[in-house]
Amino acid sequence: MSGANSHSSASHDFGHGDLKTYWVGFLFSLGLTALSFAAVMSGMIPRGMVFPAITVLAVAQLLVQVIFFLHLGTAPEQRSTITILLLTLLLIGVIVFLSLWVMHNANINMMPTQMTPDQAMARS
Amino acid sequence: MDLTVSARSSAYIHDAHAGHDDGSRTVLGFWVYLMSDCIIFGTLFATFGVLVDNIAGGPTGRELFDLPYVGGETLLLLISSFTFGLATLNMYAGRKASVLAWLAITFLFGAGFIGMEIHEFAHLVAEGAGPDRSAFLSAYFTLVGTHGVHVTAGLIWMAVMTHQVWRFGLDGTVKRRLTCLSLFWHFLDLVWICVFTFVCLRGAI
Amino acid sequence: MFGKLTLDAVPWDQPIIMGTGVVVALGALSILGLITYFGKWKYLWTEWLTSVDHKKIGVMYFILGIVMLVRGFADAIMMRTQQAMAANDAAGYLPPHHYDQIFTAHGTIMIFFVATPFILGLMNVVTPLQIGARDVAFPFVNSLGLWLSVMGSALVMISMWVGDFSATGWVAYPPLSELKFSPTVGVDYYIWSLELSGLGTTLAGVNFIITILRMRAPGMKLMMMPVFTWTALITNILIVAVFPVLTVTLALLGLDRTLGMHFFTNDRGGNAMMYINLIWVWGHPEVYILILPLFGAFSEIIPTFSGKPLFGYTSMVYATCSIGLLSFFVYLHHFFTMGSGANVNAFFGIMTTIISIPTGVKLFNWLFTMYRGRIRFHSATLWTIGFMITFAVGGMTGVLLAVPGADFVLHNSLFLVAHFHNVIIGGVVFGSFAGMSFWFPKVFGFTLNEFWGKVSFWCWLVGYWLAFTPLYILGFKGMSRRMNHYDHADWQPYLLVALVGACFIGAGILSTLIQLAVSIRDRQKNRDLTGDPWDARSLEWSTASPTPFYNFAHVPQITSIEQHWEDKQTGRAGVMPATFEDIHMPKNSGAGFIMAAFGFILCFSIVWHMWLFATAGLLGMIGTFLARAYSRDLDYYVPAATVARMEAERHALLQKAA
Repeated sequence: MSGANSHSSASHDFGHGDLKTYWVGFLFSLGLTALSFAAVMSGMIPRGMVFPAITVLAVAQLLVQVIFFLHLGTAPEQRSTITILLLTLLLIGVIVFLSLWVMHNANINMMPTQMTPDQAMARS
Repeated sequence: MDLTVSARSSAYIHDAHAGHDDGSRTVLGFWVYLMSDCIIFGTLFATFGVLVDNIAGGPTGRELFDLPYVGGETLLLLISSFTFGLATLNMYAGRKASVLAWLAITFLFGAGFIGMEIHEFAHLVAEGAGPDRSAFLSAYFTLVGTHGVHVTAGLIWMAVMTHQVWRFGLDGTVKRRLTCLSLFWHFLDLVWICVFTFVCLRGAI
Repeated sequence: MFGKLTLDAVPWDQPIIMGTGVVVALGALSILGLITYFGKWKYLWTEWLTSVDHKKIGVMYFILGIVMLVRGFADAIMMRTQQAMAANDAAGYLPPHHYDQIFTAHGTIMIFFVATPFILGLMNVVTPLQIGARDVAFPFVNSLGLWLSVMGSALVMISMWVGDFSATGWVAYPPLSELKFSPTVGVDYYIWSLELSGLGTTLAGVNFIITILRMRAPGMKLMMMPVFTWTALITNILIVAVFPVLTVTLALLGLDRTLGMHFFTNDRGGNAMMYINLIWVWGHPEVYILILPLFGAFSEIIPTFSGKPLFGYTSMVYATCSIGLLSFFVYLHHFFTMGSGANVNAFFGIMTTIISIPTGVKLFNWLFTMYRGRIRFHSATLWTIGFMITFAVGGMTGVLLAVPGADFVLHNSLFLVAHFHNVIIGGVVFGSFAGMSFWFPKVFGFTLNEFWGKVSFWCWLVGYWLAFTPLYILGFKGMSRRMNHYDHADWQPYLLVALVGACFIGAGILSTLIQLAVSIRDRQKNRDLTGDPWDARSLEWSTASPTPFYNFAHVPQITSIEQHWEDKQTGRAGVMPATFEDIHMPKNSGAGFIMAAFGFILCFSIVWHMWLFATAGLLGMIGTFLARAYSRDLDYYVPAATVARMEAERHALLQKAA
């Protein structure tokens, strides 16, 4: 808490990087970004494959930045940090997935244009 | 456990600073807060996902999103993430002047990002595609706008930290706060990856 | 400059509200007058408003909860009276729009400003002491969180006399809560008071997670923490996980209302169901947030008053974690009837029945703890036994409601209302009073009056069952919730019984207030000299009562799940250390209070569209925070001599008691 001590903080739960890690992270991110934009704008990828492609590229870039900018790795001191991050991502996944599932079903069953009364009766 | 009389005192920890925080507690606490922020964005993404097709007869993402422009914004933010990394390296090395310089450069790139975003928002509103036009646009403006508000808050924080580095030097408190800010700043670029991928690029497919 | 705010905002023409206002104003003026008369302003500021001591913050949370309990109860008795009167042609005394605000305020206040402060209060007082820490991880943030909650409740209170409150029910479903159908400021008060206090709750969540993960005394592995601390950990993880969802959901509603957006409107593509989906993603874990700490409290109280260690520690921990995890997978049971279809309903119905299992495990563990113990019937024990019986019934009606087919009949009936009051009163309220009786001497240095504690318990127990059993029956008979009047005359007798029950509960609340007054009057007689009035088991009981502000003169080394109990068995308890050291403590700060006050200005101004004042409020919050960020005078060292003196006083008392 005192102001004057100079030992570095936060070296426990988060790592340091060096210049190389930042350059690697930056160049990879640049490349992955370019590929994502190209996937959509160039028209060279079949339409059905574009969304999976940019998803994979996004996940890759997220990993790149987590590893090279945030310096999160598998070191034992970083166990808490990684666990907290993974739990959060899991939770977001659950919330997003369940929301989309519930809302999709609600829309189909309850929106007036989605099905006729006969179709609704036919649905078990 | 030896419980003889002479050993009783050794049951206590002789440490006036028992539980003294070397900064790592604050940073971990900030990380947990950042996770709650992550959930805010997750909820906004879920909302966008549910409402993306509710265009109410108005413009779609395809019509509105200017991908090269978004690419430009992305580049500015990515570069700012990199330059903040350089500031961080200089912070560990104790080079105060370099930290100030790289923070200033990061600020400029971040401000450029915000400038571009405000310009885009103003343009959309002017052509009748504001957040009140449809649920899709409400979700778009709120998701991207919340990210922008976070970036703006980060810029204010960055300005304050630049001043604190200048005034107090790179002491423990300042370094702890810069570490928190670096987590924040990198996190905002992570969120942006999701924005430009799942909002802008996806909308344009 | 004043936006929508005019003198017409005051409901001059509503005598009930104006009358209440006069009473409240007189009461407030008397309190302010008394403080002035006794010259206590400086004391109040330096010892309480600026305190960053977790024990004092916990006390203030509890006081907030008790004050708001009185307000929330007033709403309840008004509703009970109205319903007891308004059969057939009788209209009762509350017009529908007023009645709607009352049940909305009742729910909002009870959940956010009674139950939540109670659990935050208990966790604040107990958790650092149980883990051998000197404070929470972020004492200033702790203070800020408290005052944000206080200001949130102030916003709800002021809505009664300046404007009106939301009339949508406590979860504020759109489209009713949208501007088109709720054009007054009521829903805005609701949104912004919850945003303000919700921020405080989230900050508290972060605080306790780091405290528990990083500030346990050496030797205290996670599987050696007291069960209360385990429940506190899971509760705070849930808080940090789901309060952001509430923040977003209410903000989106606010954006619809204030900036004309279309998230949940009927037109331009809005989807009201998304609000319902999101609010319950928050709402279900919220009820586990409320109950888990009280499960933890019972896990401390039962072993103490049974004279036996807790049965099944490991399964308790796993049960708590399972409840936390499963709580994300059940939320749709709050809206089975809203059209998601059979498959979705089946999944959530099954998950809901599964989540009752870990709770059952806990109940059996408590029973096995009591089995063959030497039970002491302290009022805390009574509250606990009352809880076990009452909550078990509530849990069972919950499992009944978990069956979608049954829920289609019972959704939004009085059966549902009875169910959730069953678990909340049986669980949260009984648990809070149990915890209060149990830990009160630790904080204040004297025990509470047992007679009035028992009177309160019996009034609450009889009162709860009289008030809500008729509602279960009426639910089966088809009476819907939130009814201002009805035309089935045969429902009226049940509602009259319910009113009698509510009066018993009122007597219970009164008894607690009397208990506090009498206990304070008799405090010298009931002084807790040893710090351990119940012959208890965990670490907080090794400190003096009241605990010194630094908690522990020396950080203890932990070798047992029940450290204090083991120390008593091995003769290590109460041994005066030979030497003392300086202790590093945080300084008090007014910044939390001031920031929260600016937050009040910000939110009040948003409600009334006073944008200049809102900006001022926001800048004030930021400015106060920056002022603190530039301060280099945040901590100090307590000299070893001071510690030695306080510990010597403590040991003198221990000798006196022996």
